[in-house]
Amino acid sequence: MTTLTDNTKHDNHADDHHDHHIPYGIKRWLYTTNHKDIGTLYLWFAFIMFLTGGAMAMVIRAELFQPGLQIVEPHFFNQMTTVHGLIMVFGAVMPAFTGLANWLIPMMIGAPDMALPRMNNWSFWILPFAFLILLSSLFLEGGGPAFGWTFYAPLSTTYSADSTALFVFAVHIMGASSIMGAINVIVTIFNMRAPGMTWMKMPLFVWTWLITAFLLIAVMPVLAGAVTMVLTDKFFGTSFFDAAGGGDPVMFQHIFWFFGHPEVYIMILPAFGIISQIIPTFARKPLFGYASMVYATASIALLSFIVWAHHMFTTGMPVAAELFFMFATMLISVPTGVKVFNWVATMWRGSMTFEVPMLFAIAFIVLFTIGGLSGLMLAIVPVDFQYHDTYFVVAHFHYVLVTGAIFSIMAAVYYWLPKWTGKMFHIGLAKWHFWCSLVSVNVLFFPMHFVGLAGMPRRIPDYALQFADFNKWISIGGFAFGLSQLIFLVLLIKACKKQGDPVSAQVWEGAEGLEWEIPSPAPYHTFETPPIVK
Amino acid sequence: MSANPNQTKNNKLVLKLAAIVVGMFGFGFALVPLYDVLCDALGINGKPSDTAAVYEAVEIDESRLITVDFITRINTGMPWEFKSETRRVKVHPGQLNQVNFYVKNPTNTAIVGQAVPSISPGPAALYMNKTECFCFEQQILQAGEELLMPMQFYVDPQLPQDITYFTLQYTLYNVTASADVVAMN
Repeated sequence: MTTLTDNTKHDNHADDHHDHHIPYGIKRWLYTTNHKDIGTLYLWFAFIMFLTGGAMAMVIRAELFQPGLQIVEPHFFNQMTTVHGLIMVFGAVMPAFTGLANWLIPMMIGAPDMALPRMNNWSFWILPFAFLILLSSLFLEGGGPAFGWTFYAPLSTTYSADSTALFVFAVHIMGASSIMGAINVIVTIFNMRAPGMTWMKMPLFVWTWLITAFLLIAVMPVLAGAVTMVLTDKFFGTSFFDAAGGGDPVMFQHIFWFFGHPEVYIMILPAFGIISQIIPTFARKPLFGYASMVYATASIALLSFIVWAHHMFTTGMPVAAELFFMFATMLISVPTGVKVFNWVATMWRGSMTFEVPMLFAIAFIVLFTIGGLSGLMLAIVPVDFQYHDTYFVVAHFHYVLVTGAIFSIMAAVYYWLPKWTGKMFHIGLAKWHFWCSLVSVNVLFFPMHFVGLAGMPRRIPDYALQFADFNKWISIGGFAFGLSQLIFLVLLIKACKKQGDPVSAQVWEGAEGLEWEIPSPAPYHTFETPPIVK
Repeated sequence: MSANPNQTKNNKLVLKLAAIVVGMFGFGFALVPLYDVLCDALGINGKPSDTAAVYEAVEIDESRLITVDFITRINTGMPWEFKSETRRVKVHPGQLNQVNFYVKNPTNTAIVGQAVPSISPGPAALYMNKTECFCFEQQILQAGEELLMPMQFYVDPQLPQDITYFTLQYTLYNVTASADVVAMN
């Protein structure tokens, strides 16, 4: 354990959670306004949703293990791809980042709690109901949503089951939850920074979340509008997307992707923040180019509003529009390149050690860059005509979302878990988790590039025979990746039972920042008197 | 948190942020007319005007001859027969022309149909002026009824020089379910 310092003077805080003013049992969690409790709730909820959405991915991969239809009906297959996407985006990745924001932002800026603690409680507790509604629709007559997570009209209007109303309400609730969470983050960061914590001293995780929160309040209402239009088109006779009534189904795609593209950055900007916290710690060097990181994040966020139509190149746009969206999209690789460069430059000549969070962070940089490169390929209009709606697209967004966003969340959990529990997690299990995930995730997603380039369409439960071998490997990789996450589950349960060696306040030798100056585990209330940041 | 010194500061900021949220929700809906306006202005969606143009004082440009194709399409769930009497016409810009479309309702119930036009290439839509079109309103055909529907148009002489040929497609939708009950009777 080279990473632990000998400082163990805070061990006796292990049973802080039994302070007399904290209610016991279920009421503690239902009524809590404590940012740490709410962070924990968000993170566990996200993990349960990750396993639920993962189970659906297993159904998809089991069906695609062999060509032909063998396990599920095509209609059920469509429901699985749809709900898998919805759960992973709105149930796993976004709540996990919100959970991390809750736990970390107050501790990083020296605030006693989030600015709006009661709203914080609300924004978490409406989430389980949203997903209960969504999941329950799977058991209704006609099944749940089966039109893809992008719910393109007229699939979601003319051709959908009546349960679409439940889908719409579930998305409304998820949107309300995210918006409340985002408002809370912005108000906390604007008004509750400790004296001396100037804008350009804020840790990058705080910066990236601030920008993400602005993206959220800008585009989640547009999503709410889009689902509302689907609802009224389907049930109340409006014609937003119905050509017969003067509407336009292509307009749906414009409105959806006006939300959808900033949404994908909502799912990656906090990841950039996490990686920017972890790399300097284990390279034992300050982050290279802090200011450029902040500006790069802001420019990625701004550019995200003018690239949406690159998802729609094949809808028949004028050439001028296709060129504009192509070049605007390629422009995003500049600030993203700045970030990757800065991370590599931070590691350059650093005293690097490879603890588990660092392993995940390095895997993130390499694999996210692969996903970025396939994204650049997809941005090129003429090639996109070939790649559109193939497994190449599936490979691309799983590289940026699984080995990108989700690997960063895992890195974050390993990095801050000892701070939360006061105990070092089981390092052996963590390494098993990392290496099994790393190998299996590439067996799972890398061959998708090949079958995609060869023309295998996405969202179809069957495929041509020549794709059989690759799909067998992809499914094996999928099952292995799914099983690997059970190692993570065991590790997390052990950590929550407070098993493991006690850790110091700093936990990691190179860790810097306010959260590493408070005892481990972090006391229930921190920074009731604001620290002075120099 | 009652003694929070940030309380008023927080409330002010929350109100501002909530205003952004409400504004963006409105913006989502504003995208709908905005989309139509932009498509009209830039002529990028192949949607010709859905109101009748007036044919007066139009100069006929004898020097150019424009080929116009007519395609008819029936949407899913529409049992009518629908075809154009003329497949293709060659017209001078500014010249008034008439093309007839034939529809028949072969079923034994009354059905309401709505034809929606689309022009390709899109920019030509701005120069396709219809003085009379069945697509301006819904059509009701009783069981077994057939009908010849006229469409009068002229091509605006301002049509860009590089467009010599365009296609007008009509898609016929069954709108019986959402049609006016009064009209049905």
